[in-house]
Amino acid sequence: MIFQQVVFYCFAATAIISALAILTTRNVLYAAFLLMITFLSIAAIYVFAAAEFIAIAQIMVYVGGILVLMVFGVMLTNRISGAAVTTGNHHRFWGLFIGISFFTLICTVIIKANFGQLPWIMSGRETYTAPVGTAINNIGIKLMTDFILPFEIAAIILLLALLGAAFVARKPQKN
Amino acid sequence: MTTFLFFLPFLLVYTVFAVYAERKVSAFIQDRLGPMEAGYYGIAQTVADLLKLLQKEDIVPAAADRKLFLAAPIVIFTVVFAGFAVLPLTSGYAGSTAEVGVFYLLAIISLDVIGILMAGWGSNSKYALFGALRAVAQIISYEIPLGLSILCVVMISQTLDLQEISFQQGIWIHDKPTYPGLLQENYLFGLKALGIETTHIGGILTWNIFRMPLFFIAFIIFFIASLAECNRAPFDLPEAESELIGGFHTEYSGFRWALIMLSEYGMMLLVSFLGAILFLGSWNTPLPNMGVVKLAEWTSGSPGSVAGHLWGGFWLISKALILVLVQMWIRWTYPRLRVDQLMALCWKYLIPASLILLLLSGVWRLLMI
Repeated sequence: MIFQQVVFYCFAATAIISALAILTTRNVLYAAFLLMITFLSIAAIYVFAAAEFIAIAQIMVYVGGILVLMVFGVMLTNRISGAAVTTGNHHRFWGLFIGISFFTLICTVIIKANFGQLPWIMSGRETYTAPVGTAINNIGIKLMTDFILPFEIAAIILLLALLGAAFVARKPQKN
Repeated sequence: MTTFLFFLPFLLVYTVFAVYAERKVSAFIQDRLGPMEAGYYGIAQTVADLLKLLQKEDIVPAAADRKLFLAAPIVIFTVVFAGFAVLPLTSGYAGSTAEVGVFYLLAIISLDVIGILMAGWGSNSKYALFGALRAVAQIISYEIPLGLSILCVVMISQTLDLQEISFQQGIWIHDKPTYPGLLQENYLFGLKALGIETTHIGGILTWNIFRMPLFFIAFIIFFIASLAECNRAPFDLPEAESELIGGFHTEYSGFRWALIMLSEYGMMLLVSFLGAILFLGSWNTPLPNMGVVKLAEWTSGSPGSVAGHLWGGFWLISKALILVLVQMWIRWTYPRLRVDQLMALCWKYLIPASLILLLLSGVWRLLMI
């Protein structure tokens, strides 16, 4: 158990450190690659929460998809403008102030709520049984029964996005 | 632990021999002799090359982005090597038993792109950048037919666990405790209506490619897409040496270049293992039981026994290495595609074909119940 905790805190630390590094670096491309480390650490934390499927979906969608898109965007912009893409820090005082106060607010609320003592968590701890069947099985069945409508709507939106992208990217037709 | 205990040493030894084999195969196809000087028939040539590479200076170009440039080969290799984690090796010796199995494999392979982008961008050279952009566009496009053809298998097998998929393709189908709903017996071509049960016949008749005959086409799509994923000819535009010198690894030298080559060969091996597991019966023997001549049982021990380990490892590794050989054969036989041909092949032919196959797999699965 203690080994798992150590590993968990290592991943938590990499997630936080890389997130802070994203804020401090001025190179947008570095920020994008650091974001990969953040995403991967968060995926690892999902694995610790026994949510493997979410972890892999996170890697697939965010790192494999969105992040590559961002890096591509940065690279192509750089090629066109010829200047290095950097970011600046503005409104430091207000940014820090709002960020820190919001962080303190959330921390106090979480500590006040005392999750460990909530009745449903207490009862869950006593009656805990290992999940029956596989999570993936259950996710699949749920998606095809209870959550079929949001699932299908997401599919149609993605299809529309694909068609739209193909339409925008095609050569203009000559009349 | 399979990954570290077996696959890491295996990958290193395999790469040395694969590079040698590649040169000998190319020499054979082009009617040359190939390496002949170092050792008997040039067998020590790769070892000599490797020693040379390790001693070379690790050059970082002055204008390169140092951090990205240095980190990129490590990222690429780590990602490819991480893919090996879920591969089963024999009936009793599997990698990670994570139930996301092949989904994890696909996700982790897609990270390869990040490493290539780092290398291409960090080199700060137009050849490397163009190579990286081509490589990424190609890998992202071909992930779709690759994923869809894998999804066809997952649809028939109803599981993402590669070891589970392996067990379904042989005579030991009952030896793995499964959750209810999975197939417990195999029929010829998967059709229950035919009434010919092949559960105890095993061999090639229960391989996925036979359980669902259309998987022959799915396997070809998988194989083409996997060639593109490895940036191998005829899809080696990213490193097209006649136009781009060496693509995204143009600026690398010495050990880091060796690491990139190692990942390229590792990727070939990984997709070959995956193809063998998904379509070609994994560690199951190709020989069927025929009446009293129980070839399938003679050539595969029961799961967990020593014979089971030896036979299982033998069949799976042989199948994977044969697929690697086919990849080399194709590389030295076919000319390189143009970029527009590459994209047209993917988006206009492979993706529609794999979508239709996905639909047919669903229908076939209903016939299997």
